[in-house]
Amino acid sequence: MPVIWLIVIVLALAAAGFILGRTRAMQSAGGDSRHLHSLPTYYGSNVALKAVVPAMLLMVVWLVAQPFYVNGVVSGMIPDSAIADGSSRGLVLAEVRRAADGLDNAVAQGAISEEFARNARADFTDVTTRLKEAGQIVTTQITQPVLRAAQEYRVINATGNMIMSGVVILVALLGVFWGLRETNKDFRARNVVEKSVMALLIAAASIAVLTTVGIVLSLIFNTIEFFRLYPASEFFGSLTWAPSFGGGSELGVLPLLWGTFYISLVALIVAVPIGLFAAVYLSEYASKPVRSFAKPMLEVLAGIPTIVYGLFALLTIGPMLLSVFGPDGTGWMGGQRAVITAGLAMGIMLIPFVSSLSDDIINAVPQAMRDGSYGLGATKSETIKQVILPAALPGIVGAVLLATSRAIGETMIVVLGAGAAARLSLNPFEAMTTVTAKIVSQLTGDSDFASPEALVAFALGMTLFIMTLGLNVFALYIVRKYREQYD
Amino acid sequence: MYDAPHTERDVDQQDIKISARKVQVYYGTTHAIKDVDCDIEDKTVTAFIGPSGCGKSTFLRCLNRMNDTIDVCRVEGDISIDGEDIYDKRVDPVQLRAKVGMVFQKPNPFPKSIYDNIAYGPRIHGLAKSKADLDEIVEKSLRRGAIWDEVKDRLDAPGTGLSGGQQQRLCIARAIATEPEVLLMDEPCSALDPIATSQVEELIDELRQDYSVVIVTHSMQQAARVSQKTAFFHLGNLVEFGDTGKIFTNPVDSRTESYITGRIG
Ligand SMILES: Nc1ncnc2c1ncn2[C@@H]1O[C@H](COP(=O)(O)OP(=O)(O)OP(=O)(O)O)[C@@H](O)[C@H]1O
Ligand SMILES: [Mg+2]
Repeated sequence: MPVIWLIVIVLALAAAGFILGRTRAMQSAGGDSRHLHSLPTYYGSNVALKAVVPAMLLMVVWLVAQPFYVNGVVSGMIPDSAIADGSSRGLVLAEVRRAADGLDNAVAQGAISEEFARNARADFTDVTTRLKEAGQIVTTQITQPVLRAAQEYRVINATGNMIMSGVVILVALLGVFWGLRETNKDFRARNVVEKSVMALLIAAASIAVLTTVGIVLSLIFNTIEFFRLYPASEFFGSLTWAPSFGGGSELGVLPLLWGTFYISLVALIVAVPIGLFAAVYLSEYASKPVRSFAKPMLEVLAGIPTIVYGLFALLTIGPMLLSVFGPDGTGWMGGQRAVITAGLAMGIMLIPFVSSLSDDIINAVPQAMRDGSYGLGATKSETIKQVILPAALPGIVGAVLLATSRAIGETMIVVLGAGAAARLSLNPFEAMTTVTAKIVSQLTGDSDFASPEALVAFALGMTLFIMTLGLNVFALYIVRKYREQYD
Repeated sequence: MYDAPHTERDVDQQDIKISARKVQVYYGTTHAIKDVDCDIEDKTVTAFIGPSGCGKSTFLRCLNRMNDTIDVCRVEGDISIDGEDIYDKRVDPVQLRAKVGMVFQKPNPFPKSIYDNIAYGPRIHGLAKSKADLDEIVEKSLRRGAIWDEVKDRLDAPGTGLSGGQQQRLCIARAIATEPEVLLMDEPCSALDPIATSQVEELIDELRQDYSVVIVTHSMQQAARVSQKTAFFHLGNLVEFGDTGKIFTNPVDSRTESYITGRIG
């Protein structure tokens, strides 16, 4: 039975339970809802919750656990002799799964009979061709051990699914029964439902937290694995980045960190003054109509996907800079991909980020502060310079730090605008690359996840993660400190 | 409504510092000040009294054009200081506000040190020639604001860290540090204890030697103690304006009498 049907059945049981629970509660109160402890819907919800939650939990756990069990059984059926040189058990198992799926689909289409799928023998009939004819993708010739395993795989899965459906429906029914038994006019259904809602919210929050923990853990384990294969002193100390998948690579992070830092610096030099001045203009000088037009316009910039900024860097900023600083101009710039190209594009990307945060912060400075300054005969710009900006400064610093961590994490603009050469240089007209861009290039293509050249991506990711985490924590600390100021 | 002969007589005694004629103030469509005529004399303390929401603060803010900072606010009529129309296009509101200082209803110290709060005005207007000069202005202002003893050891501490009453006295000191000719005070003592209140009242009395002071207050006793002239506002109208003694002992309008005896409020 497909899972979707199972869910529908459980929900239907829950709906029935809801109505039954309500009715039963009303009956127990003699038809007068004022004698009930809770509103009638709470009794219904209680029954419905008891039907759905345990059943669904069981189903999820079962769906997660079943493949492990099946894999274990099937794996035992494959003799070592069936594993070809250069292959691995994992690859053969993947083939088994593909074959089993192929058989399933072919049966569903009617291209082969269930009987055939169950009993066919690869040494007598050409199963592979028949599956291919049915439009199924099976890569190599299916051998007898693989076919046997695939057939077993199908059988175990089918019985597993059947048992699961039965058990889940049973649990749902028991849940309804349990809920109905509890239902009488003194039962505190409202409190139970309240608690369940809280549990639901806690579950949602823990999923979010656990995912973060999971991401960090996967980074950590792979990073540790990397440092086992490659010395940390080289990673942090070496000045060259020269990966080669054949071995003997030099994987020094410093040139990448320098590229990240340099490009972010150029971006911030562009974004901070422009964004800040725009924010001051919008919040202090602009008239209502100008503000209501200009602010959304600026925020549109924030909605543009970064790949589009990358294209802009590649197609507009690069050629423009090249025509001024290139061989035909001052001759400083060799190609259009350079730190300055990517930095400018990234700066433009960050302007709305800085400006809209700063604008909020400047607006949060109380009007009484401005009144106090104007009341002493200060002009607008004196007031901004000496009262508003100092009051808003911690918040603005926070905004800049958040913008920095975005700049550090940016990838597409760098890939398209700054090139791929890892280099330690002070010249902004040279091509350079960043940590993020190198993570992409180390993991694209057919990479072997056991080599230091691929695993280095995790060490790079970890470095980046720690850097941005530190910046964000610092930024939040500063923003929070600022919030307390006017109380 | 307000009897003209009364003021004519006062003109003989003191110069008129501020003269308002047919002043109307609108907040959007709300008519907050209706047709107010009022002459405020030099070297005099004038008290504005009236029930909450009657427009005292609004009228006060017209006198140094602080209402300019409120988008929806519109002021009509003539207000002149020393015979000069302050709503004239050629008048710079910034210069005007240096001349007409203000203490707000709610204390609003800047998030700077106590010293910098006081030094703010003198620095902007270039009143101090040297650091020593500035130190002297700061000390003098804090003393006159009756807060010197409490803060003299922590001039570098933030002004926002003071108590509400201390903040209000800091704001008073800040306002007098720029040496304004007219000082507008909007309920300066509403957050102060009796001792600080009497110190501020002494200060007001002292300021009267050189300046013209306008004070908004909800305390009848305070109005009677510090002011020579009293104006009673009600629902945006200036109901009665005259010598403080006369207003409190022998008011002409029945509304004034009801208010000061506590029947409308
Ligand atoms: N910024 C504003 N926008 C709109 N209406 C305002 C504004 N400020 C004041 N008003 C209105 O103008 C009227 C007069 O207000 P004002 O602040 O002058 O009263 P007040 O006499 O100072 O009262 P209080 O004694 O409570 O301080 C009130 O009805 C108020 O609602
Ligand atoms: Mg007021």
